Amino acid sequence: MSASRRSTVIVENLRKLHMKDQISNGKRLDGRIFNESRPLSIETNVIPKANGSAWVKLGNTEVVAGVKVETGEPFEGLENKGALIVSAEVLPTASPFVEPGPPDEETIELARVVDRGIRESEMLALDKLALIPGKIVYTVFVDCSIINTDGNLFDATSYAVVLALLTSKFPVYEIKDEKVVDTGKVQDPPINTVPVSITFARIGDSLMLDPTTEEEVCMDARITLTTNSEGEYTAVQKGSNGYLTIEQVLQAADIAMTKGQELRQRVISIGKKEKA
Amino acid sequence: MTQARSLIDEGGKRTDGRTANELRDINIKVGVVKNADGSALIEFGKNKIVVGVYGPREVHPKHMAQTDRCILRCRYHMTPFSTDTRKNPAPSRREVEISKVIRESLEPALMLEDYPRATIDVYIEVLQADGGSRCAGITAASVALADAGINMRDIVSACAAGKVDEKIVLDINDTEDKEGGADMPVAFMPNLKQITLLQLDGRLDKDQFNACLKEAISGCERVYEIQRASLMQKYFGNEPELKNGN
Repeated sequence: MSASRRSTVIVENLRKLHMKDQISNGKRLDGRIFNESRPLSIETNVIPKANGSAWVKLGNTEVVAGVKVETGEPFEGLENKGALIVSAEVLPTASPFVEPGPPDEETIELARVVDRGIRESEMLALDKLALIPGKIVYTVFVDCSIINTDGNLFDATSYAVVLALLTSKFPVYEIKDEKVVDTGKVQDPPINTVPVSITFARIGDSLMLDPTTEEEVCMDARITLTTNSEGEYTAVQKGSNGYLTIEQVLQAADIAMTKGQELRQRVISIGKKEKA
Repeated sequence: MTQARSLIDEGGKRTDGRTANELRDINIKVGVVKNADGSALIEFGKNKIVVGVYGPREVHPKHMAQTDRCILRCRYHMTPFSTDTRKNPAPSRREVEISKVIRESLEPALMLEDYPRATIDVYIEVLQADGGSRCAGITAASVALADAGINMRDIVSACAAGKVDEKIVLDINDTEDKEGGADMPVAFMPNLKQITLLQLDGRLDKDQFNACLKEAISGCERVYEIQRASLMQKYFGNEPELKNGN
């Protein structure tokens, strides 16, 4: 059952007042303007045992994503397509407020929203990943470990998944006598498009791109939008227990499209550099 | 989502015979669960959902209580017989997420600060699912909350819009959700003009996104009239019955 709860992270009232004061002057506590994201650093192929991996730092938020490719049965209703499974776990290292144990609703939402962004954009051409349609298909697992949290896990995790997939090498499986054989060769994954997720926190009447933990504690509502290379929106999720006006949604959608395009160029260039 | 077959015929009719901006039949009955403080049964197309509200009441376990406001607890649950293949009754990850987004869609409407240290529990039981069950659930829950006499800023009305055959259509049904191009569930407070739930999966370009949002909100406004009529029916008994707002 989902229940309202108070954030375990405490932001002192004086600091909250200071934050609101700064925001009315168009500034944020860390000196950024509203539409500015934190420095993003990306390292790929950090885990050689994985088929693909990426270590993303977005400000102080750090996420490692690893791709593992296996074979297995297709999902029901998607018999002729490879299976893609994206999961996320906030590790107990991530903050003093995380304890080991089954995922809470926030982590489940995080994993599902990131998964939706990748799946609905059709980033991976899953129709090219069936071996015996209806029986054996490629199963692509992308598991994400959040090792430090400082807000905006949605975007950091999504970037890690996208880069891990872009730079991955899939094993080439063949079917011999109805059995799967690993040929020992590798191939580039079939990529259709590059989805980019952009998250905003609404504090008062303003939208802050890429919120920190401090800002998330003080936010009234959150919105995450994912766009693809074709300039389409592929996934949206409003979160937190506040509202957004129609104008705020449209404003967020506008910025997500332009900012997403900028970020996509960078993601693609990192992906290419890795391959060269 | 790439679409395999056409879902709109030459006459502009959809798989269930509706036009692009037509809602399914909606019927809301208020006060169906005798023991609950507030309740509602909604039939939204083939969706059949019962909602029971308990509270404001004491919180157990007590550490969950907050000294300056009431907490809201919300469970969206599908019965095993609500779907084509039997659904495992244990809560799935999907239900956990939906419970969360439903709670977050109802909280802005409730004056939780009026009931410190208490809880309001909202139980949404999907007896039969037909696409758009989260919207139908929110719609019924908000009527049940009003029926429970809880102080509210506005009613929350919910409706989805989406893309089928490259056309924006209102109130996506199960087939259109599974085979169509996009699904955008929206919850809206019609008097305050505030969005409390917004999700999207599928692909929409900028114009389609704007059109879809507009269509969903117009759907919410029509759903609101039906919610209002159902409450009037229970408490005043003489309001003419309003069907599907078309």
